[in-house]
Amino acid sequence: MTHKSSINRRGFLTRALMVSGAAILAGCDKLSQSEWFTEVLSSAETVNRKVQHLITPRRAMAAEFTEADLSPRFKSNGTHEPADSEYQALAKEGFVNWKLIVGGLVEKPARLSLTQLRALPSRIQITRHDCVEGWSCIGKWKGARLSALLEQVKPLPAAQYVVFHCYDSLDVSGNKYYESIDFDDAFHPQTILAYEMNDKDLPVAYGAPLRLRVERQLGYKMAKYLKGIELVESFENIQGGKGGYWEDQGYEWYAGI
Amino acid sequence: MNFFSGKTLALRRSRLIYRHALPIRLTHWVNALVLIILLMSGLQIFNAHPALYWGSFSNFNRPLVSIGAMRTGSGEIKGITTILGHQFDTTGILGASEDSGTITARGFPEWATIPSVQWLAMGRRWHFFFAWIFVITGATYVLYSLLSRHFSRDLLPSGSDIKSIGRTTWNHLLFRFPQGEEAKHYNVLQKIAYLIVMFVLLPLAVLTGLAMSPRMDAIFPWLLTLFDGRQSARTVHFITAFSLVAFVLIHVFMVIVSGVWNNLRSMITGRYRIKESRENT
Repeated sequence: MTHKSSINRRGFLTRALMVSGAAILAGCDKLSQSEWFTEVLSSAETVNRKVQHLITPRRAMAAEFTEADLSPRFKSNGTHEPADSEYQALAKEGFVNWKLIVGGLVEKPARLSLTQLRALPSRIQITRHDCVEGWSCIGKWKGARLSALLEQVKPLPAAQYVVFHCYDSLDVSGNKYYESIDFDDAFHPQTILAYEMNDKDLPVAYGAPLRLRVERQLGYKMAKYLKGIELVESFENIQGGKGGYWEDQGYEWYAGI
Repeated sequence: MNFFSGKTLALRRSRLIYRHALPIRLTHWVNALVLIILLMSGLQIFNAHPALYWGSFSNFNRPLVSIGAMRTGSGEIKGITTILGHQFDTTGILGASEDSGTITARGFPEWATIPSVQWLAMGRRWHFFFAWIFVITGATYVLYSLLSRHFSRDLLPSGSDIKSIGRTTWNHLLFRFPQGEEAKHYNVLQKIAYLIVMFVLLPLAVLTGLAMSPRMDAIFPWLLTLFDGRQSARTVHFITAFSLVAFVLIHVFMVIVSGVWNNLRSMITGRYRIKESRENT
């Protein structure tokens, strides 16, 4: 084996590696666009949801922190101020005329003012908010237990999911933000409808007057600017049918990871 | 250099030995592919917020590492990587690189991510699917290696291995690799490197990955204690990934300098050619 042929061989190897690397990358991009492969990849979401549900004690709590752990700056993500005119009008009056509409598959539909929500059994928690992007912030929340509200409106046996309708929209077509959770999370003690953040009324940037906290899932599940809550058997017919604004863009419905 | 001297060559005969069992070869290649996919889809996920922190939350004012972009006075985009407060211009690779033909602000470049365009949702789908394949492959390998005694026979360093660390390291630095009988077994440096990868780095990647899941944190709060918070776990996950990249680079380098075709053959067909001196046969 001469020196020269070994260099040629190395050059050939390098080129072959680069060409095959580029081909593999292009292949991955093609696969990402194809429906069947996306479905194969998505099968992991079902597995993750089932496995995590299986090994989670129903009442397993998200970590709670102390006042000393609070983030000096809590990032406001998604919408910072809804453009919706109805919302703007309500905000101008300090949300005194805002009402949460609770309906769908319930025995007793209700419309609750902030005062009525504040009268429900509440919970204060200092928790970590994890964004799907990767960052975390720690904030203090006070809100009505969702379980208390649900017990009041009495879900019908057919109800499977709790859907949250919001005032804000993130896309140009004006589709409103929405989210959905199952009953495991809906009745979890840390699942609250927060009206206070860090001991103050919930600021507009963080979802005033009311936002959801689901502490064992990612931030995008925690709908801000709540307008109504709807109990449904299936979310197939709501907007994109995937159970949430980001879910309709391809993110996981089960955001426990 | 003894293996280039004609005199020694004439004295040597070679024969093929069966070196790697089928389950080892299979899991090796599946794992190689899966780790590349996990790395590249991981970089895609990292690009959604290209900064690392220590502790439970992200102190946005004091990241350990951040990869960002800024616009110069002339309107060009520059990639700036900040490590512990020190700034580096990394335009073209980190912070700002070509995305579909134009220089765009993005953490890692398009050739390093799956998919190549900025697409967090799809990156997550790849990552979490192949994480399962990785765990299944790893479990298969560990189970096989325990049952077949591959661990105890081939990987656990023996007493004489430990004593030979100094000599083996010196020989490696001189690119002198074992021949004959000796080449039938992993040397002590290989054993240590493989054990660290398998029992430190790979489990660390899994545990720090799990620690980033809010649901897993609720189930196993000790994950957060172990890594000093979710953001630290994310940082360790990143460091682990690049430690694995470093291992692979050294591994591939060693494969090349110690006989690329022979090594490749042994990991594909299982058969490895060793040279023997006449006296030994």
